[in-house]
Amino acid sequence: MFERSKILLVATLLTFAGLSHFAGGISPYYFDILIGIGINIILAVGLNLVNGYTGQFSLGHAGFMAVGAYASSWLTLKYGYSMGSGTLNTTTVFVLALLGGGLGAALAGLIVGVPSLRLKGDYLAIVTLGVNEISKGVLQKAEPLGAQRGLGGMEQHTNFFWTFAFAAITIYVVLNLVGSTYGRGFLAVRDDEIAAEAMGINTTKYKVLAFVLAAFFAGIAGGLYAHFKQFIHPEGFNFLRSVDIVVMVILGGMGNTAGVVVAATLLTILPEFLRAVSRYEWLPEWLRHVAENRMILYSLLLIVLMLTRPQGLFGNFTGKRNSKLQ
Amino acid sequence: MNAPLLKLDNVTVQFGGLKAVGDLSFTIGEGELIGLIGPNGAGKTTVFNLITGVYEPTAGAITFANKSVVGHRPYKITARGIARTFQNIRLFPSLSVFDNVRTACNMHLRHGISHALARGPKFSAEEREIEATVMELLEIFSLTAERDAACKSLPYGDQRRLEIVRALATRPKLLLLDEPAAGMNPTEKAELMKLIRFTQEKFGCAVLLVEHDMKVVMGICQRINVLDYGRKIAEGTPTEIRNDPKVIAAYLGKEEE
Ligand SMILES: Nc1ncnc2c1ncn2[C@@H]1O[C@H](COP(=O)(O)OP(=O)(O)OP(=O)(O)O)[C@@H](O)[C@H]1O
Ligand SMILES: [Mg+2]
Repeated sequence: MFERSKILLVATLLTFAGLSHFAGGISPYYFDILIGIGINIILAVGLNLVNGYTGQFSLGHAGFMAVGAYASSWLTLKYGYSMGSGTLNTTTVFVLALLGGGLGAALAGLIVGVPSLRLKGDYLAIVTLGVNEISKGVLQKAEPLGAQRGLGGMEQHTNFFWTFAFAAITIYVVLNLVGSTYGRGFLAVRDDEIAAEAMGINTTKYKVLAFVLAAFFAGIAGGLYAHFKQFIHPEGFNFLRSVDIVVMVILGGMGNTAGVVVAATLLTILPEFLRAVSRYEWLPEWLRHVAENRMILYSLLLIVLMLTRPQGLFGNFTGKRNSKLQ
Repeated sequence: MNAPLLKLDNVTVQFGGLKAVGDLSFTIGEGELIGLIGPNGAGKTTVFNLITGVYEPTAGAITFANKSVVGHRPYKITARGIARTFQNIRLFPSLSVFDNVRTACNMHLRHGISHALARGPKFSAEEREIEATVMELLEIFSLTAERDAACKSLPYGDQRRLEIVRALATRPKLLLLDEPAAGMNPTEKAELMKLIRFTQEKFGCAVLLVEHDMKVVMGICQRINVLDYGRKIAEGTPTEIRNDPKVIAAYLGKEEE
């Protein structure tokens, strides 16, 4: 049976396969931004399942990206060359390594999520933030993974097709989940946990599931990133990278996938734009400093947004949560 | 006689120094419609929270269909057949009327996440089945026209009825209603009484009703338990309760004046 969203996914994938032939013609600078957009869409749409649809607050998404980046790199470095000439071609090894990275990140998500999501209250933000920093610290010490020097030598397998194919799959999974009766459980948890439990919904299960799925996609995004840049460093997955992703979700409107896709695109382009602005010498000094430091701008952006459009630039979620128990 | 559906046996719950419910015992038989009344702060809502696993009793036993519910998570207790509404309406504010009810069908899904993603024929069939169930319930409670409305846009009385629909969608054997008539006008109240009786007959579920409106309680309940300061001060038929001097002194007095 051909369900609409499935046809749409297949059509999108075919279009991307076709388009990828033209991607070679783009200048490396713009190609870099394009791939960055795809990777950020995967990260933000995945995180939106947790922070948007399920109403939790994860603040360490880059940590799971790191797990995926390092795990997949380790896999391709170990098996990529030896098997590439033999039974499996290099693309297959690459895709398997991506999935391996995703599964590794999902496992990390499970280990972090189960204990912290069972607690009532907003522990998740603190725990994920901590885990993000710890994973960075561990990577900085891990000699087999390059430690402070970073890890390089991966082939550039990531191309236009794989990046946007995974972005399309992420969107497909999230939209089809939250659109189904099964996935309405995520929204119920966000809206009112007590009422959700009273309707027979295992709120812990849904929170963990959202968290693990988001971690999986972050792992995939990390693998794509690693096999695009061909060099990864613990600092590339720090707290600020996590904030980037959270801002995309908030700006796009929590629980609004289309909005988050647009926000991820805009916020990938924005730093490039700001870099250009900071070079204009005729601008006042202070303005150029602000432009150089995107976190200042993000903070201002978020404050203005929260005051004027708390539902996000494109969001339509207006629900309030009542926590009083009666 | 059969064993009761729900049995509270000397249930006590203590919040710090406050004994919100003390040594409370009562039973509900299958399909019975029982009232639970008492002044503000008597502990009625707390009894609901104890039965549904939101709170754990400090002492005493609660059994449902011969098995203890104490220590189980609320969603498991709902799965065993106890559903409830809330005194301060707790609908899912961002969901439509339809989706509020659909969400309560979640626990009966035969197909899980893989079907939601693969979207095969089994998935579609089950989603259609759920839609039919939800629409049938909305029909009974005359909410069909509001199907796609934001639940928060409904008038107060409709929101209360929607909460009952949502609870029924879990297919309970026991339905706990916490002040369902609050904020309703007399016509709506009369309609509600019919609906509660109809629900009890059509779905064969027992009902425990907390309500301050004595016309409603006396009008439909078979038996009534009266709480005061967390303790049971009386139990009996509506007529017995209406004439019980202790109940009149603690609760009914003012209204009879
Ligand atoms: N979680 C809690 N912590 C402390 N005290 C509580 C808690 N829940 C209820 N109480 C107290 O227990 C007592 C009984 O409250 P409850 O809400 O059960 O009363 P009620 O009979 O439902 O009253 P009403 O008719 O006003 O709804 C009150 O004094 C209340 O303040
Ligand atoms: Mg109450």
